[in-house]
Order: sequence, then structure tokens, then C-alpha cells
Amino acid sequence: MEAFQQAIAERVAEQQRHHGKAQFFWVWGALLAMTAIEVYLTYQNLQPVRMLTILMGLSLVKAALIIGFFMHMKYEISQMKWLTMCALVVCLALMMIFFPDALRILSLGVK
Amino acid sequence: MAEVTLPHDMPAVYEPSLFGTYSKKIGMWLFLMSDSLTFGAILYAYSYGRISTPNWPTPFHSESIVNATIMTAFLLTSSLTMVLAVRASANGDAKAQRLWLLATMACGIGFVVLHGREWSKLIAEGLTLPVFPKLPGHAAVGEFANVAQTVQQFPATFFGLTGLHMLHVTLGVVYLGVVALRRNFIPVLLVFWLAAWLGTPSYSPFHYGAHVLLAAAVVCSIVLWLKPKVYDPSDVEVAGLYWHFVDLVWMFIFPLVYLMSAKIL
Repeated sequence: MEAFQQAIAERVAEQQRHHGKAQFFWVWGALLAMTAIEVYLTYQNLQPVRMLTILMGLSLVKAALIIGFFMHMKYEISQMKWLTMCALVVCLALMMIFFPDALRILSLGVK
Repeated sequence: MAEVTLPHDMPAVYEPSLFGTYSKKIGMWLFLMSDSLTFGAILYAYSYGRISTPNWPTPFHSESIVNATIMTAFLLTSSLTMVLAVRASANGDAKAQRLWLLATMACGIGFVVLHGREWSKLIAEGLTLPVFPKLPGHAAVGEFANVAQTVQQFPATFFGLTGLHMLHVTLGVVYLGVVALRRNFIPVLLVFWLAAWLGTPSYSPFHYGAHVLLAAAVVCSIVLWLKPKVYDPSDVEVAGLYWHFVDLVWMFIFPLVYLMSAKIL
């Protein structure tokens, strides 16, 4: 079992050797910059729908950077990337089925 | 049923994983996917409530937005220090790994303290839930008291969503503490518990919430005494996955809950 643990540790170390330290600082800087843009846009009096679209767009980019670089998904094999991410996105997207109901309440008025 | 006996000295043969990685990591990814659905469902419920409520309040003044922005910076910085801890661990630099893990924990504690301060301020101003203890001799009047009475979904979803996230951050700090300090972390955790319990007034939800740390100390003690081990690079990487996920979830809570509810004068 020790040999197996050793093999895992070596594999992790091998994966990590491909990651330059600088790229993590770039990603961190990009995430902070996008957060600053979000806060700036908050005070620009945009229409709520446009505002929501931009904020969610930026949040998705930030999420992709965190998953890809910080969580190392970028360096996983394609089965791992596609199976996990597709399953997650499909499940989350399916929850949108409830939104038309929320709009229906708005047009009918809450009884 | 057929029985097969393998001799102890026989080298184990492992079939390569479909996902090209070790089982601990796949297990953590599966947990994170299920937790994503938990947070996703709550975020959708929040959005549903917001769409179906015409007079949804936008009560957060710039002070709250600045506070939440600093909290976001703390979490983003903690993700950077975490990834540096994983790298140090993979390079066999135990000292750097421990230091980066402690830096990550410090950022996480900073986040929780700022969040707790924000909650306490909102509760004092009248944004509260029926389950929270009543503030003695204090009748809240003003904007937030009005919000809590007219749109009850607002405090319910706000405290539910941010409270669940705060719990995740707190447990993440405990997880990293165990990986960084192992058994030495238990007395530190008990000091945190006493400080949080005795340092908050009896009418604060954190006075009771602090017992999460006591429960965590008991669970960690059992785990560390029953199965003591030196955590290897794969353990640090798996802990990192959990920590980055906590950061990732906040990237959606921050704009949806705070920025979209900012008071624009």
C-alpha cells in the first residue's frame, strides 16, 4: 500500500511541475480585476437585466478560471473534464425549469 | 460463493482509473458536484423569490458593498495561497506547505470575521429572522426592520445562503488546520471555540453557532486518534479542491446577493 501512496504522491508532484508559479499570480490578478469591474458596474445605474447578464457572465469567467487553473481541471484527462463538467452544467441548467413559474406569479399577482 | 485467497506478499495490481486520477480526488469531485447542486438549488430559490417579488428590496449601502468586496479579496487571496501550498507540498517543501496553509486559514478566518461583523450590524439594524434570539431592550426601527417585515423572503434567503456558505468556510478552515497541524490543531480549535462562544453576547446567533467548532473538535479528535497519518501531497491537493470550491461559490453569491441588491443613490 505504501508503494501505491508513493506512486500517487509522485503523480501529484509530476502534475504540479507543469504549473508555473507566475500563472497562478496572473489568474489571481485577473480574478481581482474582474471583481473590481463588477463593483464598478454596480454603481453605473445599468438596467437590472443588462446588469445581471454582465455580472453572471463575469462570474462564469471567474468560475472557469478557478476550476481550470486553481482546481487543475485544465490538466486533467478529457474524460474527467467532460464527464464531470457536462453532468454538473446539465443538472444546474435543469433547475431553470422553475423560472417561468416565478414569472407567472409576477403576472398573476400573489394570491 | 467462490473464495479467493491472495498471499500477503503478492504485489497489488490496480486497474487504471477511467478518470486518469486517484480515487480520493474523484471522491472529492463527486462531493463537490453534489454540493454545487445544493448551492445551485438555493441560488435558484433566491432568484425565484426575487423574480416573483415585485418590491424586492435593494438595501445594501456602500459600506456593506465595500465590506463584501474586501471579503471577496480575502477569499481570492486564500485561493492563491492554497494553490501555492499544493505546489509546495508536491515539491516536498513541508515548511512552505504549512506556512501557505496557515496563510490560507488566516484569510478564511478574516472572511468569517468580516462576515460575522456584517451579520451583527444587519441584525442590530432590524434585518433578522424569527429563529434568531431577540436583542434585549432594542426595538429596531428603520430601513432594515421595514424590509424584514414587508419582504420576509429577503432575510430568509440572505441568511440561509450566506449562512450555509459561512459554515462551509468555517469547516474548510478546520479541514486545512487538520491537514497543516494534525493533532496540534485540536487545542487551537478549542481556543477558537471558547473565544467565539465567550466573546459573543448571548443574543448573538454566533454565540450558539460557535458550538459548530466544538462539534468539529470532537469529530477531528476521533478521526486523528483513530487514524493518525502524515498527510501527503494528494491529501493537500484534495483539501485544496474543497477550498477552491468555497471560493467558487462566493463568486456567484457576491454579485447575486450583494451587488444586485446595492442601494444606488
